[in-house]
Amino acid sequence: MPHDLFETPGIEETAKPVATLRVNGAMVEALPEGALWWPAERMLIVADLHLEKGSSFAARGIALPPYDTRATLARLESLIARLAPDSLVALGDSFHDRLAGERLPEDDRAKIRALASRTDWIWMEGNHDPLPPEGLGGRAVSHLAIGPLRLRHEPQPAPAPGEIAGHLHPCAAVHIRGRRLRRRCFASDGQRLIMPAFGAYAGGLNVLDAAYDDLLPGLSFHAWMMGAKSVVPVAATRLSAD
Amino acid sequence: MLTLYSLTIMTEQTGAIRQAGEGRAAETLPAAFAAWFATRGWSPRSHQLELLAKARAGKSVLLIAPTGAGKTMAGFLPSLIDLTEKPRRAGHLHTLYISPLKALAVDVKRNLETPIAEMGLDLRVETRTGDTPGNRRLRQRRDPPDILMTTPEQLALLLSYPDAASFFGSLDCVVLDELHALANSKRGDLLALGLARLSRLAPQMRRVGLSATVAEPDMLRRYLMPQLPGRESLSEIIIAPPGAVPQIRIMAASPSAEDPDTEARIPWSGHSARHALPAVYDAIGRNRMSLVFVNTRSQAEYVFQELWHLNEDNLPIALHHGSLAVESRRKVEAAMAAGTLRAVVCTSTLDLGIDWGEVDLVINMGAPKGASRLLQRIGRANHRLDEPSRALLVPANRFEVLECEAARTAALEGAQDGMIARDGALDVLAQHVLGLACSAPFEPDDLYTEVISAAPYSAMTRDTFDRVVNFVSTGGYALKTYDRFARLRPNRPLEGDRRLRAASPSVIQQYRMNVGTIVEAPMLKVRLIRRGKRPMGGGGGRYLGEIEEYFVDQLTPGDTFLFAGRMLAFEGLAETEALVSIGKTGDPMIPSYMGGKFPLSTHLAARVRHMLATPSDWGSLPTQVGEWLKMQQWRSRLPREGELLVETFPRADKFYLVCYPFEGRLAHQTLGMLLTRRLDRAGARPLGFVASDYALAIWCLRDVGLMAERGQLPMDELFAQDMLGDDLENWLAESSLLKRTFRDCAVISGLIERRFPGKEKTGRQVTFSSDLIYNVLREHEPDHILLRATYADATTGLLDIGRLGDMLKRIRGKIGLQRLDRVSPLAVPVLLDIGKESVNGEANEALLSEAADSLIEDATRLV
Repeated sequence: MPHDLFETPGIEETAKPVATLRVNGAMVEALPEGALWWPAERMLIVADLHLEKGSSFAARGIALPPYDTRATLARLESLIARLAPDSLVALGDSFHDRLAGERLPEDDRAKIRALASRTDWIWMEGNHDPLPPEGLGGRAVSHLAIGPLRLRHEPQPAPAPGEIAGHLHPCAAVHIRGRRLRRRCFASDGQRLIMPAFGAYAGGLNVLDAAYDDLLPGLSFHAWMMGAKSVVPVAATRLSAD
Repeated sequence: MLTLYSLTIMTEQTGAIRQAGEGRAAETLPAAFAAWFATRGWSPRSHQLELLAKARAGKSVLLIAPTGAGKTMAGFLPSLIDLTEKPRRAGHLHTLYISPLKALAVDVKRNLETPIAEMGLDLRVETRTGDTPGNRRLRQRRDPPDILMTTPEQLALLLSYPDAASFFGSLDCVVLDELHALANSKRGDLLALGLARLSRLAPQMRRVGLSATVAEPDMLRRYLMPQLPGRESLSEIIIAPPGAVPQIRIMAASPSAEDPDTEARIPWSGHSARHALPAVYDAIGRNRMSLVFVNTRSQAEYVFQELWHLNEDNLPIALHHGSLAVESRRKVEAAMAAGTLRAVVCTSTLDLGIDWGEVDLVINMGAPKGASRLLQRIGRANHRLDEPSRALLVPANRFEVLECEAARTAALEGAQDGMIARDGALDVLAQHVLGLACSAPFEPDDLYTEVISAAPYSAMTRDTFDRVVNFVSTGGYALKTYDRFARLRPNRPLEGDRRLRAASPSVIQQYRMNVGTIVEAPMLKVRLIRRGKRPMGGGGGRYLGEIEEYFVDQLTPGDTFLFAGRMLAFEGLAETEALVSIGKTGDPMIPSYMGGKFPLSTHLAARVRHMLATPSDWGSLPTQVGEWLKMQQWRSRLPREGELLVETFPRADKFYLVCYPFEGRLAHQTLGMLLTRRLDRAGARPLGFVASDYALAIWCLRDVGLMAERGQLPMDELFAQDMLGDDLENWLAESSLLKRTFRDCAVISGLIERRFPGKEKTGRQVTFSSDLIYNVLREHEPDHILLRATYADATTGLLDIGRLGDMLKRIRGKIGLQRLDRVSPLAVPVLLDIGKESVNGEANEALLSEAADSLIEDATRLV
């Protein structure tokens, strides 16, 4: 079977590591790590960390490697170190279940406290975690409205200009040259944006699933698919379902 | 099965020739048995009697016999006699029979029932497979039959019940059928561990292994016996005489009047063998019943479809492969048994075991890839020992002609492929440990002793064993956060009983749902509907069979492909079903050939290399192929014995490096990945590569031949063995092959759950999450036991690293570089493969960028 090893020259330039997009007039950057950076506010936004998902499976007899929390936090830490945000918003479902805080290992707990003390850390409430575990720092809110953007956990079915939400774990699949690629993605029609899950063990739901029908009607949106080093916009009409 | 002959045989052990006639049979067999043989007009074969004598002495035996030699009867005869001679102990299992196929277990039971009924023996023989109803299984455990026929997976399940000790305690004998097909695999590992447990529960138990001819019988003799540290123990062996030497013809290889297609052009590359199909059809017409073997499911579909187009005489030709609905397979099998078919196009699903009818010709499409596989398939024709089986090999391209010729001479000599020695898989051990913990509490010291008595595990260290037990209990992570979720618990710690047992009923249930070592590729049901009519909700439409999910992934509605012998059009997905309608005739839009499943065996590869280096042997080759090789001699040269030929030449605006290791596609792909890394570091700017079973071609922007000549790129350094060190490590970090292997290990070891009908988590989701787990584990605990198991698997499996390592060692200092000004005749086939198959594996990042590229205007307009 032929193996193409390197990108053809010319394509490299088109795939910028950071994709800039406009949501309800606000310029934001989709980062390949799966986080959203709002330069005007120096705000870093991540969704669906699902910390302690591994141990939640372990409690049910499936001993997944217990390193998902530290893997997720390590990526978050390097983003914070690079961007030095004024604030960080975790868009809900930061913890996989209500008992996640009890299972959180002490060093990961300390890591969260340290990170939360470096910036204005905002826990948004999610359906898995109405309130964050105690003693981790940061503040808890149910939603946020800043300038043209509305931040909340679960996207609202009605037209919601400027809404940045998570909850659905969007991913997208595309066929190219006989291959099918499936990646986590940011989904946006320019009005609203749905964030990919940031957690190491979080799965994905295809953006062509019926669950998105009321949120991104028709095929007039783009999936900003996450590559290893770049974020790549693909029109919804080019995507394939699961 | 019971067609018995009197034969003169030579046993390996004594070397003595002796006549096994009626007189001897009368001496050895009890009256009822001798009388039964006599009424049938048979006399027992000497290997049957010899096995009986050894059984009476309590010896365990490996019996090697060709198809049709009464092998299974030999295995059961001592048990039948023993059961009639000794007072029967009701409710005690006497003999356990284990087969790799449940259909074979059912078939053998049916065949055994005839003599039992005719001799009026008071015996109960039952089968226990996945299809056995729950109430019968329960009854079997309470009241075992005298003889039980089952599979390795069912044995594992039986051993996990609390009553295993009493159920198996009285066992006298275990018979392992088709042992050659089981032993050297993960299923073989599971069975070996089960055997070790049986030995503990029933120390008196005798073992009988039944096998086709193998290259290294000692491996199987060792497998049968409990091993003690530092001392190899082998079972006794009986070798029955081989059957008649088969008649093997290679299509287009022997010019003759009866082969009108001799002059057909043999293609340079490709695997369809389209050029030969008219001749194949003629051969079917000239024989009563032919089996047409192909290597892959899609090839079966293609060949069937093409034969159908040629079928002017309306011959009854059928299709049989593992993806078809069970009912349609059963229909074909019944028609074969009834003798109403003229040919069946089939995959390796018909390689083993059951006789479905009077096959008089085996046709093998493409190259057989291994001498043993060819012999096995040839054995499907004519199950009578004294008549030669007849086979026709149909090479699809020029290299395959060489391979077929090598396979033919190997088969005539009766030479077999060697088995690659491998250690018992750790994921399988993990499954076994959990199973035993479900049955009864165990003491790790004792269990370790038991496990290393199983031949595949005899070299395992105590440390590795302890890590596997820890893995079963808590995942075995360095970060000990899961102790409170442990699946294994001390039995009665307060009373000082610290033996380990399953922690809860849900753990036991989890084990029972996950037992087995076969991880199927995720499959989707194929359902036939009317064009453009998607049924509302589920259901409706005829069920045609199952198809690999990755194949459906490539399809968009309207695409046509071949399945179940028809041209189908893809309509879309509905939950876990692929909906299809009848497609228009013509070529399918989606070519589904995936290349041979099995790589070329080491043994055949050596023969092909030898053939190339020996022009005096070319006389038996078709003229076109002989000329092709002579042209290669003239334009470049042929690889000498023991040498690796490397050619370099420019073509279009690129420079090619082609080498001919003949080590199989898997090893070549690995070599391709590693060489391109080195070439990249050396500044040769490699762009891509393509691997076949025979050769590897890499294309670069710089002239690699010139670089080599100037000493900038010494070939000995390029092919140095140390590529299996850091380069391999670095590549593995990103390899999707390793992720797939990891998923299988994770399922077998019980880390993630298997899929079940009704409880559908689609395979796609399993793949996705196991990739995430793999990434995290590799980053945070790279020496975890499951990664070790994955690596061991890949080494012998998809990456074939062991074989690559042997090759690199073999060719050290023996690389012949040939700088050419243009492509050589030998290089043409592999270059023709470029662009034929889809891009695979590692280039996804580049592809993703490309997906964006074509849309970038669109996308930027959004900003």
